[in-house]
Amino acid sequence: MNAEFTQDAPLLDVQGLKTVIHLPDGAWPAVDGIDFTVQRGEVLGLVGESGSGKSVTGFSIVQLMDSPAEVIAGRVLFNNEDLRLASEERLRSLRGNRIAMIFQDPLMTLNPVLSIGEQMAEAILEHRDVGRQEALRAAADALVRVGISLPEARLRQYPHEFSGGMRQRVAIATAMLNAPDLIIADEPTTALDVTIQSQILFEVQKLARDSGTAVIWITHDLAVVAELADRVAVMYSGRIVEIGPVDEVLDRSRHPYTLGLLRSSAAMVEPGQRLNQINGMAPRIDARPSGCPFRTRCDRAMSICAEQDPTPTIDGRHGFRCHNPMPQRDAA
Amino acid sequence: MATYILQRLLQSAGVMLAVSVAVFFSVYGIGDPIELLVPPQAGAAERLELIQRLGLDQPAWQQYLTFMGNALHGDLGRSFAHGVPAVGLILSRLPATMELVLLALSLAVLVGVPLGLFAGLDPHGKPARLILACTVVGYSLPNFWKGMMLILLFSVLLGWLPTAERGETVTVLGIRTSLFTADGLRHLVLPALNLAIPNVALVIRLVATGTTDLMTQEFVKYARAKGVRPRRIVGRHVLRNILIPVVTVVGIEFGSLVAFSTVTETVFAWPGMGKLLIQSIYQLDRPVVVAYVMLATFLFISVNLLVDILYAALDPRVKLTGGAA
Ligand SMILES: Nc1ncnc2c1ncn2[C@@H]1O[C@H](COP(=O)(O)OP(=O)(O)OP(=O)(O)O)[C@@H](O)[C@H]1O
Ligand SMILES: [Mg+2]
Repeated sequence: MNAEFTQDAPLLDVQGLKTVIHLPDGAWPAVDGIDFTVQRGEVLGLVGESGSGKSVTGFSIVQLMDSPAEVIAGRVLFNNEDLRLASEERLRSLRGNRIAMIFQDPLMTLNPVLSIGEQMAEAILEHRDVGRQEALRAAADALVRVGISLPEARLRQYPHEFSGGMRQRVAIATAMLNAPDLIIADEPTTALDVTIQSQILFEVQKLARDSGTAVIWITHDLAVVAELADRVAVMYSGRIVEIGPVDEVLDRSRHPYTLGLLRSSAAMVEPGQRLNQINGMAPRIDARPSGCPFRTRCDRAMSICAEQDPTPTIDGRHGFRCHNPMPQRDAA
Repeated sequence: MATYILQRLLQSAGVMLAVSVAVFFSVYGIGDPIELLVPPQAGAAERLELIQRLGLDQPAWQQYLTFMGNALHGDLGRSFAHGVPAVGLILSRLPATMELVLLALSLAVLVGVPLGLFAGLDPHGKPARLILACTVVGYSLPNFWKGMMLILLFSVLLGWLPTAERGETVTVLGIRTSLFTADGLRHLVLPALNLAIPNVALVIRLVATGTTDLMTQEFVKYARAKGVRPRRIVGRHVLRNILIPVVTVVGIEFGSLVAFSTVTETVFAWPGMGKLLIQSIYQLDRPVVVAYVMLATFLFISVNLLVDILYAALDPRVKLTGGAA
């Protein structure tokens, strides 16, 4: 669904990426042939219900999918280099350096017996030829940027001395250490209160502006996407069902699923309007319906939806996969 | 920390007291040493005189009180058989046992940790399965049989190493040791190996299961996402976590090996504490057996305390506070 054609090659160009989970009864696609690009300095929001394949997409980009998961098809062009073909040492030198990740669960991601300082400094020391003191100084600076005071003392502490929100901020600070080209942030602000969250969003935007860092921001929170992202991709059942500039996708949604997400999000509904949950539950990975995977929950479904998987429709920079899309309407 | 140690010492005093009662009366019940101590040709008067001198004519509880009274002054009695203070006798055997145990446990750690890491990183691979199969054998074969097989192979068939006894010793820092002579080391190899084998097996299994488990942890994946080299992931992130259970197990093994290496010391005629214990039990040398058990208890308590302190040093989540038991 390459909707945009810019002069420069994009920073990240994902084509036909497919990642399966090997289960006893077969290989089921968690990510089922997705295409998208990310430009330098761009923030792409990746939204979708639980189990739609957002985290698997993030890990598949940096080739960190371990058994039982396996990337089986597609290309991941990062600065024109296909990461699927890169050697393990090449990938290592990119991870944490040019592509940083922030994991979904901040409680499990830090090693309980190593100090925060050591775990932050190693992200620098494994990639750059600098001294330990210099690395720790950079780590202290990064902590200040995410709103942690007394950073020197904090660096000497251990993970159990940090709250969940503090650990999440440590992870965000660590991701910024090497001013990477791309940060893949998996629900990075869910455990944080609103003021800290906006401080972090501000820092991320600043990083994107100043260092040209692009961000893939995975989240359930459409309000954050509306505030932070330049473009948004909506995932359902391992596919991108709608993608485009934020105002296009959120204000003039074409896919019924996107609209469903908006109508069920407290932050996106006008005060006084009713919240509407999408019917039913997302199907399990091994029980997805034929044709369009969303049809069983869709109130616009037609007979063709069960027979044929919808192909991407591209309308300018806006793309969607639906047989019976919401009618196009002019901007309000 | 200081409160914690004080509290532990008080607890230890209680444990020592309980052990003293238990061991004193059970040894008392095993048999009458007088038949073994009095020469067959001795007359009745001579026999009575000996009984009185050793205090064996008094009731058991009276004997216990006398023993405790002396014990509080640091005197755990004299050996019936050797006529010297029991504690001194036991401690004179300590260096021989200690060098055996230290060598065995060093082997256990130096061989067990790397092999365990290796096996744990690829637990389904052929080499790992072979290593783990060997540990089952190494751990479950009886000690005396293994000892005899070692002697048979390396001493009798190959003739490489001496069959038994301690080799030449030198005095280093006031301790007589055979660690610094070629002959001494040659004599040490087989008994140390015999003690080491089950412990190598134990450490391999412990480290292998720990490594396999830790490698699937989220923090390892996160370290990989930071671009940390595999060497550092294993050598720092994983190993640092593994050391915690290893220290605990090696500490406990240290205590029990020093106190109860009886089988190995008997098979290899090694003049250590374990052999002394067996002899003393055969001779019904009550003071030595009682003193031995008391010293062993003290050793276990000290080692446990030391392990707990080390544990707290290795694991930042553990704090030694007065409240914890
Ligand atoms: N290691 C794994 N083993 C088995 N199934 C997996 C594994 N990783 C992912 N899956 C499956 O792949 C699908 C997509 O998972 P993914 O974690 O990407 O969802 P997500 O969109 O990130 O959801 P959430 O919002 O809950 O984080 C889910 O059905 C999940 O059960
Ligand atoms: Mg996820």
